[in-house]
Amino acid sequence: MITLSVNKKTYQLDVDPNMPLLWAIRDVIGLTGTKYGCGAAQCGACMVHLNGEAVFSCVTPVSRAVGQQVITIEGLSAGNDHPLQLAWQELDVPQCGYCHSGQLMSAAVLLRENPNPTDEDIDQAMAGNICRCGTYSRIRKAIHHAAELQKNGK
Amino acid sequence: MQQLLTIKLRHFLPNKTVTFPAFIFAVIALMAAMSSTKEPSGLDTSSLEKPRKDSIESVKAFMQVYQVLMSPRCMNCHPSGDVPLQGEDSHLHAMQPQRGKDGRGLYAMKCANCHQAANTPGLHMPPGNPNWHMPPADMKMVFQGRTPHQLAKQLIHPAQNGHKSREQLLAHAADALVIASWNPGEGRTPPPLSQEEFAKAWVKWIKKGAYAPAEK
Repeated sequence: MITLSVNKKTYQLDVDPNMPLLWAIRDVIGLTGTKYGCGAAQCGACMVHLNGEAVFSCVTPVSRAVGQQVITIEGLSAGNDHPLQLAWQELDVPQCGYCHSGQLMSAAVLLRENPNPTDEDIDQAMAGNICRCGTYSRIRKAIHHAAELQKNGK
Repeated sequence: MQQLLTIKLRHFLPNKTVTFPAFIFAVIALMAAMSSTKEPSGLDTSSLEKPRKDSIESVKAFMQVYQVLMSPRCMNCHPSGDVPLQGEDSHLHAMQPQRGKDGRGLYAMKCANCHQAANTPGLHMPPGNPNWHMPPADMKMVFQGRTPHQLAKQLIHPAQNGHKSREQLLAHAADALVIASWNPGEGRTPPPLSQEEFAKAWVKWIKKGAYAPAEK
């Protein structure tokens, strides 16, 4: 039996310790905001926070998360009001939307570690997240906007 | 009185022919005593334990070491730039993750975000180790592009080798991340020597004097 803390709730899961964390989150716990993209840590759609770091949950064995804090897109903020979520809505960033929970989880680490990122910082931080619709320019604008919102305490 | 003094002194001082060899003997004895204070343990066995320096053997061993260090399994994490390399042809790592200050990546692109404690199963999936990282930004320990001469000099210089002493360098052949090169994961070739051959050549290179091949 595996004990997991996801979005500050504790779950007891009867799963193989080598099961990808993504499967445990989506198929066993039922939180489907995190997406499956490539299954090979190449696209970033599966990004969740493990102790605050943006891990690719498709290649992370569930055993790595035991005793750690997992946060998914559903737990990024209490009322969907993280500055990034507000900026994403305001600038209407997503097109198909499939990759955006991963995009937001990566961007959240960037803004936590660098509250005033440059374009280069954004490029470096977001390099692991692919968007098949090509929304990169709006993602960049929204991260700058979220940095402003964060600065103003929103 | 003068005569009495002369007689008494003669009585206690040896004659001239005996005095000089005795003085030499005393100096030698004193030097021996002084040297023994440097080695309180008595017999200095260091000359017995350490193989003699041998520049030819040392350089020969380093050329074997060099083959390994320049193989993709070692060089890919010791690039000349700030992006790790990938694959058998040592191309820039997909997504171009950055070295970061501590060699463990930046923001959402830290090494351990993909690289797990063990190899992820599957062809060309991310290889793993609990300590996966590059050299830090303040000491990049570049292998890529280094000649044998340059690399040997770099490896023995504490200001360029991660502040490693001779003993730490010797131990480095058994470092878990170094050994991980021989368990590269599916789709990757291990270095050209076996781990045992590499360790033997590494130790030989250092113990024979850690000589650098001549610059050509």
